[in-house]
Amino acid sequence: MSWEPLILTFKLASVTTLILFFISLPLSYWLAFSRSRLKPVIQTLVAMPLVLPPTVLGFYFLIAFSPNNAFGEWLDAWLGLRLVFSFGGLVLASIIYSLPFMVHPIQSGLSGLPASFREASSLMGKSRLETLFRVLLPNIKPSLLAGIVLAFAHTVGEFGVVLMIGGNIPGKTKVASIAIYDSVESLDYASANFYSLVLFSISFLVLLLVYSLNGGLIKFSGR
Amino acid sequence: MLIDIQKRLNAPSGKMDLKFHCHIHENEWLAIYGPSGAGKTSILRMISGLMKPDAGKISFKKEVWFSKSKKINTKPRLRNVGFVFQDYALFPNMTVLENLKYAQGKNEDKIFLNEILEVSQLGDLIHKKPSVLSGGQQQRVALVRALVQKPRILLLDEPLSALDEKTRLGLQDYLLEIKKEIQLRVILVSHDKNEIKKLADRVVVLGNGEIIQEGKPETIFPGKEGVEGVVIDKRMKDSLFFIVIQTKGSILELPVSKSKFDATPIGDKIQLFLE
Repeated sequence: MSWEPLILTFKLASVTTLILFFISLPLSYWLAFSRSRLKPVIQTLVAMPLVLPPTVLGFYFLIAFSPNNAFGEWLDAWLGLRLVFSFGGLVLASIIYSLPFMVHPIQSGLSGLPASFREASSLMGKSRLETLFRVLLPNIKPSLLAGIVLAFAHTVGEFGVVLMIGGNIPGKTKVASIAIYDSVESLDYASANFYSLVLFSISFLVLLLVYSLNGGLIKFSGR
Repeated sequence: MLIDIQKRLNAPSGKMDLKFHCHIHENEWLAIYGPSGAGKTSILRMISGLMKPDAGKISFKKEVWFSKSKKINTKPRLRNVGFVFQDYALFPNMTVLENLKYAQGKNEDKIFLNEILEVSQLGDLIHKKPSVLSGGQQQRVALVRALVQKPRILLLDEPLSALDEKTRLGLQDYLLEIKKEIQLRVILVSHDKNEIKKLADRVVVLGNGEIIQEGKPETIFPGKEGVEGVVIDKRMKDSLFFIVIQTKGSILELPVSKSKFDATPIGDKIQLFLE
């Protein structure tokens, strides 16, 4: 029994959520407002992790990142990156796996705003970037919060992808969900219970905080 | 300013070819009148650059904003057009003052802002968020916000249509004040003849996507001449109902039906028509 898997889990979730947030802003913006013919394709790709078994994603990551294959070899030789059985690989896999959970709330928040907000701002001489940061994003705070929390929680709850690509290396890739499985396998129910209880409590508290905060936000803007 | 545009629109009744050709002179208030679906809003959107015409030309003085033949289509943000949207488009995350400052942008002219705030009579409202304002107040803020950016032309898309009669009459006076105070080209889309008569120098009437009439509002809409008044008293004499109205020149006592009598509170602004 140790805190290590739990700390690793929250480190993974934090790093993933942070990177995901910045990737999702332009992607959600594009998905919300673009009229490109490519849009349905990109939308489908973003939503794939919702329906695919995590093991499928994990399997292909394992194949792609393996130093025995072309892409993995190239990463290893040129960038010195070994993504299989490493924390970096876990982050990358988690970003893809949790992408829809961040993108969907932000995208629906953006497309739910009246078109006149963007139009009015551009007629005031503002660039798209300034409009995004000063008008659009401040008016979808509840959606941003929802995206951040869902992506974080979903990464905490990850199991299949992590097991496939990360394995079970203590301190490196052994996150809490794996540690629980591992403990149960070796009949160490006390440890399993400890990890589970901590995950359960923290998840409950985080969601509780968000729902109370979000309720407050909605009340505030509706007043 | 020259506007000469064509656009094929998807109207509710099928495809419609919109043709609009018009000069707007300095300080002129031009009204566009027509039934809904006639393409009035589309014309404003094309002038502002939010919609691209299929053919034609839009130029402001010597600057070309749109030209099909020269393949010019200036971005909306470079045209400096003031646009008051039907839904006002006030930004909920900013206070009224922040909305105005945002519209004014980097070269913030404090003196001009203060001047306009004085004319606009927004008073204490400037530190409030738009969501707590009434419809009429939001409309005034939207107007002022369009003015602080010192636009080269102001486009008003049925600016008063969502408001009740009393607020609307008040805001027409407000617009009239602005017309006196600020030199500006204005295009006003409206389906209210009285509003057009009160505010516009010239009106074009749209029908089936084309201009079918053009001229001074009094010539285009003759007949009913509206007089404004305020109800200052209500009386019952010999079981007949009367309301007393103060107009600009005189005080009138009018016999009315009981339902009209009950529905008209003292202090109400009303319009009277002579037929």
